[in-house]
Amino acid sequence: MPQFDPAIFSPLLVWLVVTFVALYVLMSKFALPKVATIIDQRAERIEGNLAKAEQLKSDAAAVLAAYEKAIADAKAQAQAELAKAAAEIAAETARREADFGKRLAEQTKTAEGRIKSAQADAMVQVRAIASDLAAGIAAKLTGASVDQAAAGAAVDAAIKER
Amino acid sequence: MAEAHSPLAQFEISTIQPFHPFGIDASFTNASLIMVVVVGLITLFIVSGMRNATIVPGRFQGMVEFFYEFIANLLKENTGSAGKQFFPLIFSLFMFILGCNLIGLFGAITVTSHIIVTFALAFMIITIVTIVGFVKHGTHYFSYFAPAGAPMWLMPLMIPLEIISYLIRPISLSVRLFANMVAGHVMLGVLGTFVVGLGGLFFALGAIPLVAIPMIFALELLVALLQAYVFAILTCIYLNDAIHLAH
Repeated sequence: MPQFDPAIFSPLLVWLVVTFVALYVLMSKFALPKVATIIDQRAERIEGNLAKAEQLKSDAAAVLAAYEKAIADAKAQAQAELAKAAAEIAAETARREADFGKRLAEQTKTAEGRIKSAQADAMVQVRAIASDLAAGIAAKLTGASVDQAAAGAAVDAAIKER
Repeated sequence: MAEAHSPLAQFEISTIQPFHPFGIDASFTNASLIMVVVVGLITLFIVSGMRNATIVPGRFQGMVEFFYEFIANLLKENTGSAGKQFFPLIFSLFMFILGCNLIGLFGAITVTSHIIVTFALAFMIITIVTIVGFVKHGTHYFSYFAPAGAPMWLMPLMIPLEIISYLIRPISLSVRLFANMVAGHVMLGVLGTFVVGLGGLFFALGAIPLVAIPMIFALELLVALLQAYVFAILTCIYLNDAIHLAH
């Protein structure tokens, strides 16, 4: 086999060293850093995008939480206003009822007073009419004039008798 | 490879330009030419693939990145992050062996079918591994030859065995690559002579080796890739042993 001829060892070794060292230098100083740069850039980009997505997600969550809090606040406020309004209405109603009751009682009292005085007036007038009537009837029947005072006394007595 | 006279003639070194500086034979040969071409092709492959490199890679750039990631992952899986500084070495080694193996299948001389070349590469690897071991662990690196957990009475047997297996690494590493390359090329050469020989005897007989050649050629493509991979992965495993003092 030609491979075992020691005469070829030296040129093969020399050129192996030369070419392999050249390849190593070309790769480590020149070619591989180019590939590494672009791969790093890609990894950075992906990481950046992931971080951004994470950020946006947490932002959205914060907005959602704020929105829910605002809704809850508004609901609570509306409930409070509602309760306040209901209390006000109830208080107003009670006040008006009390007012109305008082006015009604007053009016009832004055009306009762008016009725009583009207009754008393009526009694006086009825007595006058009755005594006039009694004096007239007695004069017509007997022909004698009856004293107004005596007729009044007789009517009083008759009313008392009843 | 077309030489009909001998299947071994393809391995012959022919001097293109004699050169003897300081009494050393450094003649530029056909093998030197192929090594220079391989280095040029690898560099051209990466540089032109990464020209106008974009975040989203095209096909060519993707191919370059595939080789990069392939070796980077190989190194990471076998040595962890401690082996990162050896990435250019493993990458150069893999690409050089792969380039030499492949270009040899297309008519050029196969540099990796020369035992002195594969041995030199293996010897370089073992030397680097040993230096790394001593730099990382000092004289404690000798404990590598006395496996932890082995019973004391086994040590007289274990230590010589471990030393022999350590010293035999450059030989097994180089002979594996050398033998695979030689066997494949000899087989292709023999089949090529059979086409002519049997075809001259009886025309149709020549068709049998002729059909076999593409199949063997496809197999040899696989072997070329596999042997470069095996060389690279074994280098990573030896490096890991030296870095982490583990078997």
